[in-house]
Amino acid sequence: MTILAVDSLKTHFFTRAGVVRAVDGVSFSLGQGEVMGLVGESGSGKSVTGFSILGLVDPPGRVVEGSMLFHGEDLVTMPTREIRALRGSRIAMIFQDPMMTLNPVLRIDTQMIEAILAHEKVSRKEALKRACDGLAQVGIPSPEQRLRNYPHQLSGGMRQRVAIAIAFLNNPDLVIADEPTTALDVTIQAQIVHVAQNLCRERGTALIWITHDLAVVAGLADHIAVMYAGRVVEAGQTDDVIDRPRHPYTVGLLGSVPSANRRGQRLTQIPGMTPNMLSLPEGCAFRDRCTHNDERCKESPEITTDSGGHAIRCFHPQYEKAPA
Amino acid sequence: MTAFIIRRLLQAALVVFLMSVIVFFGVNVIGDPVDMLISPDADQAEIARTIQALGLDRPIGEQYLHFLKGVATGDFGKSFIFGEPALKLILHHMPATVELALVSLLMAILLGIPLGLYAGLYPDRKVSKGIIAGSILGFSLPTFWVGLMLIMLFAVVLGWLPSTGRGDTAVFLGIESSLWTRDGLSHLFLPALNLALTNISLVIRLTRAGVREAMHQDYIKFARAKGLSESRVVSVHLMKNILIPIVTVLGLEFGGLLAFSVVTESIFAWPGMGKLLIDSLLQLDRPVVVAYLMIIVLFFVVINLVVDILYSVLDPRVRLKDQGA
Repeated sequence: MTILAVDSLKTHFFTRAGVVRAVDGVSFSLGQGEVMGLVGESGSGKSVTGFSILGLVDPPGRVVEGSMLFHGEDLVTMPTREIRALRGSRIAMIFQDPMMTLNPVLRIDTQMIEAILAHEKVSRKEALKRACDGLAQVGIPSPEQRLRNYPHQLSGGMRQRVAIAIAFLNNPDLVIADEPTTALDVTIQAQIVHVAQNLCRERGTALIWITHDLAVVAGLADHIAVMYAGRVVEAGQTDDVIDRPRHPYTVGLLGSVPSANRRGQRLTQIPGMTPNMLSLPEGCAFRDRCTHNDERCKESPEITTDSGGHAIRCFHPQYEKAPA
Repeated sequence: MTAFIIRRLLQAALVVFLMSVIVFFGVNVIGDPVDMLISPDADQAEIARTIQALGLDRPIGEQYLHFLKGVATGDFGKSFIFGEPALKLILHHMPATVELALVSLLMAILLGIPLGLYAGLYPDRKVSKGIIAGSILGFSLPTFWVGLMLIMLFAVVLGWLPSTGRGDTAVFLGIESSLWTRDGLSHLFLPALNLALTNISLVIRLTRAGVREAMHQDYIKFARAKGLSESRVVSVHLMKNILIPIVTVLGLEFGGLLAFSVVTESIFAWPGMGKLLIDSLLQLDRPVVVAYLMIIVLFFVVINLVVDILYSVLDPRVRLKDQGA
């Protein structure tokens, strides 16, 4: 069952220097309990996509086109009050930097209880109990004491666990995790991925995991969408995308990750720099950095999907598919 | 925390002592009060008698020791002019100044914070730009001029409010104040507003800057992502974070309001401590000046202590501890 269907979403920022097309026609859909990896470099629009779903894009940005059907209702046209009711209850979000997401001057219990009371009429005692259980479920020892702590008394990994606990407090249908492991140590990263994955499995929660780290999503996601300059350039089943990447950009990304299979070989790198979103090249946005760049690429390629559901936006697909 | 408070009080005692030395000897340098006190046609014997009666015939060091002895028993000496104990004189004038300072502080908070919030939350609206322009005026216009204009507008042209004096007072909860009567409040309004103007502007700008900065913090976005109402995001998540600088500045400003509302008190003929200080300075009434400044130093120390304690209430990351002397 599809719970979220995003169709040609466009979120633009109207800055003084010009219009930044941070998200420029992104489409994907997500079934119940599915995990999607949204992968891309900084500035590729993956975080803005996440914030668009929650209706939390700060001015001067706004959603200018497209639809986002959540359980069949369009989040783009939904009144603010109804979106607010969905936030934190049906759709929750985990942020990148746990040092910044919790309010430094409020106790953990305050920040957890308010998340429950914003959506349900329960007693404080009941809410406190649920907050305590929530902390226990993300593996925080002695949760009763931790509830009375302030954020600065917890470590970064601990704070991210609290943020995850808050996200799952109201049993949402969808959790959007915006690079939740980027700011953490590698050992802690694995733990955080594990905690989030388990909670989603237990409760059948769908998860959008936004990251620039293909290695993280490879083991986590059911399918992957790779974004470049505000557009999805490749999408498909995780195995398909990781093992048989077809877009030159994805190939480049994967080539730059150290892997046990290619021991001793040089890592490749993608030439050039992340594009300036104010002056993208005509046609394919990746053209300037692509080794397959030719005349055709001056046209913008459409996204094409093969029979296996593997979609790419390129005139020069790599890795010809093995005949089925 | 107890150790912290004790240490701060000891430091305060030292500061008060140093203050008394500086002022005591400083006033002595300015001029001879005898010249001001005695009529020009008094004869030599009379002058000598007066000098002796005031204790001014002894060496200055001895005079100071005598003064210190008195202070130990709560006696700050008698005013040269009024012949009354200096402390009694100051305490008599204090309620008028305190009520003026309190009301003007209240105005700064009640007007400054909401206006600053509005200007910070909706920076692009015309009203916000008006608020900011107004705050620049509030900063830069001199108090005495604004005071005169207020009198001109509200007392002379419109005739709504009285221009001078303290008005009727009444006793409530054992405190005699003009806060408890209509007439008193109407007298209080203009001088309090005049005194508050700079602080209202200051609070507006501090609040606005705080809001503008905090609004883009992740914790505000996270609070929204939890589905909290906008009013809770602003009143709890935002306010608690931006109150810290506001409390600091207001604490210091409150000390300033108590101690140096001289200009406003003079313009509105408000019978407060500021007016007493200016008169005493002009007449070289040393006991009053010294006692006044010692009390003011004490005020400042206490206010700073309260601000420090408020910090730890507002910001859990602050723990009160000795940072050495």
